[in-house]
Amino acid sequence: MLIFIARRLLLAVLVTLTVLTASFALTRLSGDLAISIAGPQATSEDIEIIRKAYGLNRPVVVQFGDWVVSAATGDLGRSYLYHEPVARLIAARMPTTLTLGLCGLVVALGIALPLGILAAMREGSLMDRGIMMVAVVGQAMPTFWLGLLLVIIFGLKLGWLPISGADEWDGFVLPAFVLGFSAVPALMRLTRSGMVDALASDYIRTARAKGLSRAAIVLKHAARNAAMPVVAVAAVQLGFMLSGSVVIEGVFALHGVGYLAWESISKNDFPVVQAVVLFLAVIYIALTVLADMLNAFLDPRLRTQ
Amino acid sequence: MAGLLGVLIVAGVALMAVLAPWITPYDAFAQDLTMRMIPPAFMEGGRPDHLFGTDQLGRDYLSRLIYGARISMLIGVATVITSGLIGITLGMLGGFIGGRVDMVVMFIITCRLSIPLILVALAVVSLVGSSLTVVVMTLGLLLWERFAVVTRTTVMQVRTLDYVAAAWAAGCSRTHILLREVLPNIVHHLVVVATLEMAIAILLEAALSFLGLGVPPPLPSWGLMISEAKDYMFFSPWVIMVPGISLFVLVLGINFMGDALRDRLGASREA
Repeated sequence: MLIFIARRLLLAVLVTLTVLTASFALTRLSGDLAISIAGPQATSEDIEIIRKAYGLNRPVVVQFGDWVVSAATGDLGRSYLYHEPVARLIAARMPTTLTLGLCGLVVALGIALPLGILAAMREGSLMDRGIMMVAVVGQAMPTFWLGLLLVIIFGLKLGWLPISGADEWDGFVLPAFVLGFSAVPALMRLTRSGMVDALASDYIRTARAKGLSRAAIVLKHAARNAAMPVVAVAAVQLGFMLSGSVVIEGVFALHGVGYLAWESISKNDFPVVQAVVLFLAVIYIALTVLADMLNAFLDPRLRTQ
Repeated sequence: MAGLLGVLIVAGVALMAVLAPWITPYDAFAQDLTMRMIPPAFMEGGRPDHLFGTDQLGRDYLSRLIYGARISMLIGVATVITSGLIGITLGMLGGFIGGRVDMVVMFIITCRLSIPLILVALAVVSLVGSSLTVVVMTLGLLLWERFAVVTRTTVMQVRTLDYVAAAWAAGCSRTHILLREVLPNIVHHLVVVATLEMAIAILLEAALSFLGLGVPPPLPSWGLMISEAKDYMFFSPWVIMVPGISLFVLVLGINFMGDALRDRLGASREA
């Protein structure tokens, strides 16, 4: 198990380094950053001043080295727009995005697990097909459009929930639902196939033979085994949701990390862009490491791979 | 049943996309400020000469919708081709050669997965400059990982089979075996991935355009149409319904088609 953890962590470090390089390269795509920052009206003297002020006149290798060293020590640079350390900006916005992501995950699991289990219990039935249809429809739904529809229905027509912003808890209801709903199809399919396999296995036949009730068999024996991989995948889905929240935060005007990223992308605030990309990637990498370890802990066969 | 419906939807949209210049009732880009925000013909206040109404600049909604089909289909097909080429190549290298090469391929896939997709796509489009070509290239370069994973897994299963061994014994070259023996036997899995990937690409383009960093105006991307209409949606909800339903129906059609193909061709559930 220790060797497994060590190998997995080494891989995580290598991936992080690659993403670190990629996020640096990403912001250099536009060619000359000083020109992008200065804007269309700037004179060549302005651009020269900016180039010096932001250290863009140094060789790219030096700039890259600087970025790696400071990122490793937690210094993600300063925002050109807010004139504040990027780390502080992200920290201030993180609670909103994290709340959104976690609520979304609860919504996703709350819908996907019961429906997936129900579908598997009556495999091939009308209900199974109906539930799987929900998955197909859910997959085709553009999230931002679903968000706007719900705003019209619950915000405007019924007046139950706020249209945008999240000053109170109820501002999170619609965004969390939309974000969670986007993860339902994948999680539901996984739950269903896991349950179908579990229900067909020997230990379920044994449980049936013992005369256990249907509820006990399904919930205690089958679901527990089928849910494990789902929990691991859910961790990964949370990573996807945190980066996918840029769209949802845009629709609902929630000022989280996604909104910050969108804003800084539109305004060429590239230290924030490269930092947010790196930050979200690191969260995702950490979540996958966690999921792999959870899986290895639950299923010793995986440790030798 | 659903599969047939899917094929009909996709074929219909494709036909619309190809025939756009000949079937649009109006110029999709022509503004007429005296004819702004006219509701669809079947709603109160609608006019029979504008079937789906007009937008905030008085452009005919149906004509824009038909041209929007071009953008969605183009994005879908072009992304699948680009990402397919990258993903299948990587997957075949990793799955067939194995060993160190496979480790490198797996590492590249892991790195790609850890990059926040929408953010990077937004940043690239913003920095390189938004145009249809840039969006297509960006999505193609970002969405290949499912192709790579499925190709790698299926190649690994196929390479140990007897007919591959027979081809080796007959002295065929590695390239010949890969292209003539392995590829035709995994292609049904790849077709299913292609439909899934096409749906994802179309939704992603719409999301990027909705956020203002995808296809540039005045191109009538369905996502951009929703974005431009959202300021008016509280008074006239139909302005986001028309492009939204189109997007939903097209993606649903592609998914129906993909599911039917999977069942018929017996591809893996993984796809």
